Amino acid sequence: MDAATERELLDFVAHEARLIDARRYDEWLALFADEGRYWVPLMGEAQDEGAAHNALADEDRMLLTLRIERLKSPRAHSQHPPSRCQHVLQQPVLVQADDDAQRYELRTPFVYVESRGERQLMLAGTVRHRLVRRAGSLRIELKRVDLLDAGAALPAIQLFP
Amino acid sequence: MKISRADVAALVQVDRVHRDLYLSPELFALEQRHFFANTWNYLGHTSQVPAPGDYLAVEIAGRPLLMVRQPDGGIRVLYNRCAHKGTQLVSDACGNTGKFFRCPYHAWTYKLDGSPLAIPLKSGYEGTRLKECESGQGMTALQHVAVYRDFVFVKLADAGPDFESYFGEALRAIDNLVDRSPLGRLRIEGGVLRNVIHCNWKMYLENINDTVHPMSTHESATSAANGLWKDQPADAPKPMAMEQILPFGAGYDFFDRMGGRVLPNGHSVLGVNFSIHSGYAALPDYEAAMREAHGEERAAEILQRSPQNALCFPSLALKGSPQAIRVIRPLAVDRTLVEAWSFRAEGAPDLLFERAMTYNRLVFSPMSVVAHDDVHLFESIQQGLRAQGNPWISLHRGFEARELDQAEQTVSGTNELLMRNQFRAWARFMTLTMQD
Repeated sequence: MDAATERELLDFVAHEARLIDARRYDEWLALFADEGRYWVPLMGEAQDEGAAHNALADEDRMLLTLRIERLKSPRAHSQHPPSRCQHVLQQPVLVQADDDAQRYELRTPFVYVESRGERQLMLAGTVRHRLVRRAGSLRIELKRVDLLDAGAALPAIQLFP
Repeated sequence: MKISRADVAALVQVDRVHRDLYLSPELFALEQRHFFANTWNYLGHTSQVPAPGDYLAVEIAGRPLLMVRQPDGGIRVLYNRCAHKGTQLVSDACGNTGKFFRCPYHAWTYKLDGSPLAIPLKSGYEGTRLKECESGQGMTALQHVAVYRDFVFVKLADAGPDFESYFGEALRAIDNLVDRSPLGRLRIEGGVLRNVIHCNWKMYLENINDTVHPMSTHESATSAANGLWKDQPADAPKPMAMEQILPFGAGYDFFDRMGGRVLPNGHSVLGVNFSIHSGYAALPDYEAAMREAHGEERAAEILQRSPQNALCFPSLALKGSPQAIRVIRPLAVDRTLVEAWSFRAEGAPDLLFERAMTYNRLVFSPMSVVAHDDVHLFESIQQGLRAQGNPWISLHRGFEARELDQAEQTVSGTNELLMRNQFRAWARFMTLTMQD
């Protein structure tokens, strides 16, 4: 198996954000490994991975599926009108690469805009992707989203920063 | 336009309330001045200020307050205002000030109880009236502070009932939360989830007592959860998230039978018989520790009691079973801050703390899967009430004239008496100190 090229990793991160922005949630979910996790810690970057501290979101595939199925429901009242979002990514930085194990970690500063009706919400932060090669394809083990203002009083965030 | 006591009283009728309660900025200003000053409001938990000099800065009804741990272990609440020019003594949300407060502007200093310690250029005040003036007295301390089992409440005004007569039986909800610790102690841990919702605070408070909405409001979340779980065998152990989300889909009959109890001064307990929290997995080791600590009978009583919500009107809602509280902090007539805090019960297994955090994250986070629909509907109401034609909000369900003579009573879980009870208390504490 070939090691992942930097180009492949960078494309993966851009593709992952594009799937969310295009509301292709099922395809997005398929990018996660079986034990994959989507995590938005409450302390942002300051939070240790093992700490018994809460999160804005901390979801395995089951909860992500629930979230996505809910968004499809015509009775998801908060989606009338629907939320839209846009990720604006900086160039990802490859911070760790283990070619033998085919595991990689990338760090990508971003601005995220979620918009619904007349109201717009903007969040800034850094996303960390922990990727692993499974059956030939890269998969997300961990998508950690460190928001700059994770602990602030926030309005509803309905999609996926 | 000047609003009189009679105007306020006319907004709350026995079975309905007027939309101005949610829409009028003038009424919100009056609430800040009268209603929130005359009622006991939750400030914080003593576990947030463990050491002398630890402080917690909180704003209640527009007033900046500081809860401070004293050298003797006691708790004081001071206005966060320098006696000199008004600078806030601290601008962090929490921290430790050391042995004294020092104003960053002109270096006036105060002891931890707020009394004056030192002023630079002291000789310049000789022969002036400073000592007799308010500014010479130091930081102003609140007179009405109550610490009940480590929960700290304040009343800003002299008017209104004392702490015990204000809350009465509602304090049993705090007892239930605390007694779930085999050591009888709680600690706030795991951070706070903070939400800004563009609606009037009373709407949020009413919803805490509303059991008719989950079926329709939360249909998207519960049907998605049911869809994921339906192929599992009936006895399959549920992941904690499923255990907590699925019961939101319980039917009208379930919520009807859970029962609700109203108490004087706006307080209430929803789910006096059982609740959506009653079905959580048993924890034999923990239950044994509880029997050891409290005795067989009392332990059973504590654990069996798991109300949906207990409301310490107007600022605190408690959930004994998932060990979580919500604090309601009104910001403007159409903007409300809601905080969700988790407790660790000392001597209890980590799983209990995880239950608190998971529940708060799933249900009360800005990224919740359950609350998005609530929040949308609150904000929808805030807009919808601007419609011309009907200025009234209906609270008729279950109304009976005789309820007006009974300060305490237990009714079905779907009776809107729990909300009528809030508004009756609102009118009373609002008009208590208003001039005609």
